[in-house]
Amino acid sequence: MRRALATLPLWTMIIAVLGLVALIGIPLITDSFQTFQFANVAAFVIAIIGLNLLTGYSGQISLGNGAFMAVGGYTTAIMAHRLGASYALTIPLGGLIAGVFGFLIGIPALRLRGIYLALATFALALSVTPVLNNFDTFTGGHVGINLKPAQPPLGLDLSNEQWLYFVGWAIAGLLFVPAALLLHSRTGRAWMAIRDSETAATANGVNIAFYKTLAFGVSAFYAGVAGSLQIINTAYINPDNYSLGLSLSLLIGLVVGGLGSIWGPVLGGLLVVWLPYFAEKASGLHLGSVSFGGKPDIGFGLLLIVIVFFAQDGLAGLVRRGMARYRVLRTRFRVEEIGAAQAPAVASPDALEELPVGERDHIRT
Amino acid sequence: MIRSLRVLAGLAALTLAVVACGAQQSSTQQAKTDVGVTKDTITIGGTFPASGTASFYYSVYKGANAYFQYINTEKGGVNGRKINYIIADDAYNPANTPAKARELVQENKVFLTYGDLGTPTNLAVRDYYNSQQVPQLYVFTGSSHWGADYSQYPWTLGWQPDYITEGKIYAQYILQNEPTDKIAILFQNDDYGKDYVNGLRQGLGSKADSMIVETATYNAGDPTDMSSQVNKLKASGANTFYVVAIPGQAANAITNAVKTGWKPKLYLNNVAASTATWRGVTAQLGSSAALDGMISTLFLKDPLDTAKWGSDAGVKLFHDVMTKYGQGCDPTGADAFCVSGMASAYTMVETLRAAGQELTRKHIMDIACCSLNQTGNPLLLPGIVVKTTKTDHFPIQQEQLEKWQTDHFVPFGNLIDARGK
Repeated sequence: MRRALATLPLWTMIIAVLGLVALIGIPLITDSFQTFQFANVAAFVIAIIGLNLLTGYSGQISLGNGAFMAVGGYTTAIMAHRLGASYALTIPLGGLIAGVFGFLIGIPALRLRGIYLALATFALALSVTPVLNNFDTFTGGHVGINLKPAQPPLGLDLSNEQWLYFVGWAIAGLLFVPAALLLHSRTGRAWMAIRDSETAATANGVNIAFYKTLAFGVSAFYAGVAGSLQIINTAYINPDNYSLGLSLSLLIGLVVGGLGSIWGPVLGGLLVVWLPYFAEKASGLHLGSVSFGGKPDIGFGLLLIVIVFFAQDGLAGLVRRGMARYRVLRTRFRVEEIGAAQAPAVASPDALEELPVGERDHIRT
Repeated sequence: MIRSLRVLAGLAALTLAVVACGAQQSSTQQAKTDVGVTKDTITIGGTFPASGTASFYYSVYKGANAYFQYINTEKGGVNGRKINYIIADDAYNPANTPAKARELVQENKVFLTYGDLGTPTNLAVRDYYNSQQVPQLYVFTGSSHWGADYSQYPWTLGWQPDYITEGKIYAQYILQNEPTDKIAILFQNDDYGKDYVNGLRQGLGSKADSMIVETATYNAGDPTDMSSQVNKLKASGANTFYVVAIPGQAANAITNAVKTGWKPKLYLNNVAASTATWRGVTAQLGSSAALDGMISTLFLKDPLDTAKWGSDAGVKLFHDVMTKYGQGCDPTGADAFCVSGMASAYTMVETLRAAGQELTRKHIMDIACCSLNQTGNPLLLPGIVVKTTKTDHFPIQQEQLEKWQTDHFVPFGNLIDARGK
């Protein structure tokens, strides 16, 4: 472990520490509404990590992960509201029930690939709200269910928002680790093999059916936990939470954050929660007497187009490329320092191709 | 390695110090007036559908805000303070409202919320406002919840006549005039619609089950196309159609009913009975023949009825206010929601005025819940008193029946006082 830490570059460690300090500092310096928003970011980060495993790594496009969030959310809401269950119990249970549900959805999904799977999960996302409304004696229907706000444990001098913020991010951190480890394990390699070529994966002895349904189950577990957290944050649940828009925003968060990147979901979560908020501000709704009649979606759409245009591999990809360019510049600077005579020429615009092979690989990873 | 650890430790310490400073600042707050009130402003908030299928309700905000601008500009505000009305768009979707309510209270730091629109949307945030002890005043919905649940939710109050009462008024009329009718009902599938249906059922009493032959529903936020619901209701053989919907859905349902050749007697809830809406439907159908005789209720003056209100001082004030500050509210009163917005803003302004210099949330709520006794509202029908007492938390309880004729509603009968019934 110590050896592993020692090999990490200084900058990575600095960024990690700064990130951690920022994470702890945010609820102390922001107002309670912003803290609430950042607590929702944690829930979305978890849901997008789950979607990343399914879509980014196992290659199965899901437009329906909002449905799994609904399972988690309603598990929590109904258990807490009717049975008085503690949220500490309902969060993991929401995840587990959603996970089983996802595993079951994964079985018929085996027969579908690519765009056809996207369409089937799209149908799943569309069906959630009507189904929940239909069983209104059980789900509370369109009126929804109001929940008791979560209280911080006695002796902890935190507001409801701060407490939920820390709980949310702690769970996000807790779930990030197994997701990251999973990707470097046999399972992660099997998923990526399936994503890149099912035929090749089969030829290498990967059990396709098992790993594909497993991806659905794990992804749904993450979504279920996220759904539970989101509901506890707002202390209110309504079938309209789970419109197609939710599933789409998860996918938007994933793609814009960075598909198949481990940090992409964090950026995606921030984006999905905050971008609509700023888009609405920008649309001028809050300028007192001045009103644009409320078209925040236009601003949201425009911002998305700009981001996708400039960062085709997502925000995480943009950061990665920025760092790579920095390294190239640094290498070039050092090379020039040492003197042209002793080093390969790096004067051409595409420095990358002319670097020593080892250095080149380093930059690309 | 050691050097880099030192750098790290230094950075961490610095950041923590900054964070600690920030935390200290936020914990002081103490005043005679509450959050949202300064020496020359009162900031209040509200949730409205500025976008989405129910965005026509946005006119309520426009009408109310026009009146606030008028008070601010021409009357110097309320006791020297100007009203700053901030709204957040929830698109009439109760899934959106909780985050918007938090934004108003926690970020915009409003003194109170006023006029929040919609039954399902207000129910979604009632627990929140009450737990924060923020007044949720004169919500723009006639659900019976606000008055009936007062003991449990003392920070929430309605304004307009409640829907159960209105449903009973239609039932009484039907029993007196058409006791053998077969009734089909279209209603919004939430407490808004159910209140109306329950009111009608209670009013019909033992005859309810035999007279009501079919029902159909839609959900708030659904598309406005009501054709499948109308086909189902028509097939029941009913000769009376009781429509409990928001205006877009109501207009669509009745248009569909007429176009399919169904000619039922029409009853329309007050919320959907905007003159402009039904003039539009008349134009679309090419004639008012199918609409004539459609029954609804009113409690506001209808500025479009110039024969009756042409020289009324209140309606003139409405015209002037909307001309100067209306931001799209037609000064002729073609949009009834502008009228109701201004009428309720009058109540809000008078409540703030009654509170004097003691602008605390508690004091405002004490006045609103239990000691309103307002006459002189420029836009309510003459004779209507906006009133609350320690045991009665329904501010308006008087209505009159009206009937559609050619291009406007014609009131008939006396003002019905449902208070205490």
